[in-house]
Amino acid sequence: MSEQYKKLEELSKDYLSKIYKDKTVIRVQTGTSGQAVGADEILKLLSSKTNNKINVIEVGSMGLMYLEPILVVVMPTGEKIYYANVDLKTSEKIYDHYSNSQEILLQNAFACESSKNLDISIPNINDLPQFSKQLRIATRNFGEITPGDIMQYISTGGYSALNKALFEMSPEEVVEEVKSSGLRGRGGAAFPTGVKWSFLAPNKAPIKYVLCNCEEGDPGAYNDKGILETDPHTLVEGLILNGYATNSNKSYVFIRQGHDIPINAIERAIKEAYDKGLLGENILGSNFSFDMEVSLTGDSYVAGEETALMEAIEGKRSTPRFKPPFPAAAGLWQKPTNINNVKTISYVPQIIKNGSDWFSSTGTEKSSGTAIVCLSGHITRPGMYEIPMGMTIEEVLDEVGGGSNSDSDIKMLQTGGPLGGVLGKEAFATKIDFDEMAKSGAILGSGGIIVCNETVSVVDLIRNLVAFNQFESCGKCFPCRLGNTHMFDVLQRLADSESNPGDMELLERIGKSMKIGSLCGHGQLGYNPISSSLKYFESEIIDSMNNKSEPLEAMLTPTRTRPNSAE
Amino acid sequence: MSEKTNSENLRKNIRDSISNQKRKTVTVLSSLLAVQDKLHYIPDEAVEEISIHCKVTINDVWSVASFYTNFRFTPPGDKTLDVCWGPSCHINGAQNLINQAHEQLGIKGEGESDDNKVTLRYSTCLGACAQSPVFAIDHKMYGKLDEKKLNSMIEELKK
Repeated sequence: MSEQYKKLEELSKDYLSKIYKDKTVIRVQTGTSGQAVGADEILKLLSSKTNNKINVIEVGSMGLMYLEPILVVVMPTGEKIYYANVDLKTSEKIYDHYSNSQEILLQNAFACESSKNLDISIPNINDLPQFSKQLRIATRNFGEITPGDIMQYISTGGYSALNKALFEMSPEEVVEEVKSSGLRGRGGAAFPTGVKWSFLAPNKAPIKYVLCNCEEGDPGAYNDKGILETDPHTLVEGLILNGYATNSNKSYVFIRQGHDIPINAIERAIKEAYDKGLLGENILGSNFSFDMEVSLTGDSYVAGEETALMEAIEGKRSTPRFKPPFPAAAGLWQKPTNINNVKTISYVPQIIKNGSDWFSSTGTEKSSGTAIVCLSGHITRPGMYEIPMGMTIEEVLDEVGGGSNSDSDIKMLQTGGPLGGVLGKEAFATKIDFDEMAKSGAILGSGGIIVCNETVSVVDLIRNLVAFNQFESCGKCFPCRLGNTHMFDVLQRLADSESNPGDMELLERIGKSMKIGSLCGHGQLGYNPISSSLKYFESEIIDSMNNKSEPLEAMLTPTRTRPNSAE
Repeated sequence: MSEKTNSENLRKNIRDSISNQKRKTVTVLSSLLAVQDKLHYIPDEAVEEISIHCKVTINDVWSVASFYTNFRFTPPGDKTLDVCWGPSCHINGAQNLINQAHEQLGIKGEGESDDNKVTLRYSTCLGACAQSPVFAIDHKMYGKLDEKKLNSMIEELKK
């Protein structure tokens, strides 16, 4: 063990006791989702108050977004009380109450956490299915620590995996450990991570890169940005481990401009890691040196494709490259490169710390570990949940998500982003793992699950998805550029109840051309929303084809020709 | 101020933002982002300055600037309203809210209001889907929107 790390551990203990010892701590859960319902104003208000018995700290979201804004009061005795849906007035009331009382305030409280029976009318958080059904590995610190605060992260055992790897393991052993954990890429392709690393590791090139993809353009998915803005140090530690295992020099964290909250959090984390000697030259006194930088991109969905992403980091248009050469041979600036999704990397510190057997003991045989799903749409409890692989969709919807949020039943789901699929009720018994989901016609992909009730027409949903795909086609391959636009036109006809005979075959033909004639998944998978919908809602779509359905309400038509664009 | 000093000031501003970028790796894209961050649009002068700084042609810079949909080439309104039409927001009634925003602001599609106070932009996803429907004003999100909330937001914007 390194002396430097030992010192950091001790410092972090002091740091933590300064915050918590003999104090009542109010944690305000912020983040993108919290901000959307006013959590940042609450934080500002409570931080402006002073009381020597109370500390107010900012933490990220714990994932229960339907209850936000959430405040968690940590009593000096260690009990936690969770308050939901607070506003400026109630949060001030909570503050004022605890500034002169140790009694538990029940108003707005939805759960508590305590080793002893508190004898109050609110449930223990571990008895709530939306919490107890989760298995939090990558998201274990969600709602517990201040995003980017390195001392708080170290106090939870953070960077101990890095310390272990640098001083007790060879790079080859780290690759082996990740390989035997069965970890597969969480970005969509589900490729075994350790195997990917082993392509890059033996390459003797003097400059090698490991990239992290946070260009999470999928509507309905926010878990990559969620990790960045809630626990960015997990990602930083995972990337350093990735760099050590593959003997690389530098990492870029790639994210879209404008997402200020995750960008600020990861930049704070990187800066603090440099300050403490966890990045830069001779990390923790070892022989290993590693750099990290954030790379911003403009608005472009295809920038999330691995080779397009490299083009964007190089400052060019984010269009996909021809493969081969594959990134491990010639990637960023033609140097050997590894690229992984945020979620994938965030598991790595825990795998190194607890061993591959521990990780592979959860989940299913071929999909070990957990899935981080984002529920949104017509569901009672929209939010971000980390569930063990192998749980069925039904369990996720009913027990974690609380079922439909109205009298109207859940009709269908949209999973894996706009190139993923649409699933009907028959598929709800499917187990959530990479292979089972693929068999059902959808993909797990980014983990976004958009829930639609009976009021949503399937044609309306796929029109929206295809509108997205045609807007976001980068234009490099014409079957994708023209095909998506053509499919959107046909769907628009369907929606207007003005379809022509043969439109169904036309859609299929376009889809086929896109599949064989496109460089990347954007074109290759462009027909997925339609093919998967046909599997479950054929009769509804046929009715629309025969113009038997009522015309749908008009939807905006986004176009890439922007107003005020260069003449 | 004369037109000449105005344009000199603009160029100085542009050069400052290109040479004082926060992140180490400087590219055409990072420079465009830096300029738009500062000026909120990409004037012709910026395309020239970036081509000089990055030692590429003006066409190379245009190629990147015209590709990413966040770049614009005329000054935007004082405030920017991003309206989300992604599927989560869509099934929760975003289209009606977008229609309402169009009507209240007198904007058709994307663009500026007549008094140039507000720019309306379509967004494919703002990343707060659990709170859908979500709109944003200058990157600050507003979730769980309904007709009434949006109405007061827009009235505030118009002031």
